[in-house]
Amino acid sequence: MNNGEIISVRGLHKTYRVGSVDVPALRGVDLSVAAGEFLSIVGPSGSGKSTLFHIIGGLTPPTAGEVVVAGENLAALTDGGRTRMRRRTVGFVFQKFNLLPNLTARDNIAVAHYLAGTNPKPDAKFEEILGLLGIAARLDHKPNALSGGEQQRVAIARAIVKHPAILLADEPTGNLDTENSRAVLEILRDLNTRTGQTILMITHNPEAAGYGHRTVHMRDGKLVA
Amino acid sequence: MRSLLSVLLIGVPVTLILTLVGLSHGMIQDSQRRQRGSGADIVVRAPNAKAVLNQSAAALPEAFVPRLAQEPNVVAAMGVVSHPIEVILMVNGVNLDEVNRMTGGLHYLAGGKFSGPDDVILDQYYAEQKKKHVGDTIEIINHPWHICGIVEGGVLSHILVPLKTLQELDAESNKLSQIYLRLDNPANTDAVISHLKSEPGLADYNIWSMQELTSQIQESVNNQGLSAFVVVIMSIGVVIGFAVVCLSMYMAVLQRTREIGILKSLGGSRTFILRIILTEAWIMGIGGTILGIALSFAARTAIQSFQPASFQMDIVLPWWPRVLALTLVAATLGALYPGLNAAAHDPIEALAYE
Repeated sequence: MNNGEIISVRGLHKTYRVGSVDVPALRGVDLSVAAGEFLSIVGPSGSGKSTLFHIIGGLTPPTAGEVVVAGENLAALTDGGRTRMRRRTVGFVFQKFNLLPNLTARDNIAVAHYLAGTNPKPDAKFEEILGLLGIAARLDHKPNALSGGEQQRVAIARAIVKHPAILLADEPTGNLDTENSRAVLEILRDLNTRTGQTILMITHNPEAAGYGHRTVHMRDGKLVA
Repeated sequence: MRSLLSVLLIGVPVTLILTLVGLSHGMIQDSQRRQRGSGADIVVRAPNAKAVLNQSAAALPEAFVPRLAQEPNVVAAMGVVSHPIEVILMVNGVNLDEVNRMTGGLHYLAGGKFSGPDDVILDQYYAEQKKKHVGDTIEIINHPWHICGIVEGGVLSHILVPLKTLQELDAESNKLSQIYLRLDNPANTDAVISHLKSEPGLADYNIWSMQELTSQIQESVNNQGLSAFVVVIMSIGVVIGFAVVCLSMYMAVLQRTREIGILKSLGGSRTFILRIILTEAWIMGIGGTILGIALSFAARTAIQSFQPASFQMDIVLPWWPRVLALTLVAATLGALYPGLNAAAHDPIEALAYE
């Protein structure tokens, strides 16, 4: 694990407005994540895990507080700035895989490559990761021809193809059976161990959370001990 | 399926525009070709006569024919009465001897010249359209005619009848609609026209070279609102194209909300999303134009099969890029609102869309 801080969250608040009602989702979160750390975030539904994930991933701006990700203060970023950050700095893995259904696995990965503007030629590091993911033979299939486990591996490949500073995984095993869940979690841990990839993983499952170096708990929009 | 349907719906107005332009072009060309096919260098018409559509105004004295035939450089003169029927079809009353001197002779595909006052000669297109043969009877201008000959098309009108008979039917005895003159040398055309206009009693008559006449046919047709009609149809086409693309892309954006969210999560900018929507709309526009062009060929084949004499349709190549430009404008306008809508999607809401 690298010792430098890659994520710094101080006094983070997020309030959504639903109709004419303000709904607080985060009520003062402080969090620090070191580069190369594999952090699990655990908490019940509605605890604010996903909101924290969305803010760190630049999908939505914070209402108040400071969020610095890979040296960028997200509170100061415009919509365009957050878009550029998603393009290069963070990679997402979702519970529902979220692959583009009309594209093959290879093209799904290529889209992320294209948007990141990175060198489209295959690099040795990514080839090694593809080998680790075990999907090299399935790259020319569309998502509907892939199992849930394979789809999630393609989603991981898509998330890391641009070598992001942070990989954000939101319930990555939520739609998988036990065997595939274990495989995906081992892949994430391998990825972290071999490449030093910083990973934040949201999960309900304590066993899954155990794959991380550290687990933090959330409840009612706050981190709890 | 949605995209294919959209391409079809864009293709239909494109076909409509190309067919209308093709018909307008084809019929003008045909009219000009027939005038040139008369073999004449000069045409004389009554004062106030126009190039087309009022050719039936038989206001020229028949006695002008022998008089004009005597003019210097004139080698043949042919008097013709024109009577419009159906849409823009004409019946020409002619003296076949004059026709033969003027044109060098009609080329008969079946039968031969007039042998009675109620004989009619059809060209192959009108005969085919009416499914008539030599020996059959045909009703034209509420009068039964005996088909005595079928000739190759391209000279005067599709229907030729004896001059005297048509004059009687029109109650225009000894009057003509126009007189065609053939010169010893076409280079003398301007000189002969100047000379004729200086002749006593001819100053008020319209005396045109065939070149003037054919250009006036074009001008006359345009002035009679056909251009405006084409513009109206084009505008309708643009509106239909706009509505189709707008509806189709709006549906596409709804269907692909989640995919838009995925692209945004990967760092797709608003411009990138808008570009995707516009690109799809442009592909539909190009597809619709190609389909419309293909269907315009089908329309021409259908017109040639069912109405070869009444309507002539050309494939007007210069209009292909014009309809493509129109379609792309309509597609762009139609895709703009759904595209901007998609670009403005909140990525979190889009990702949660089921």
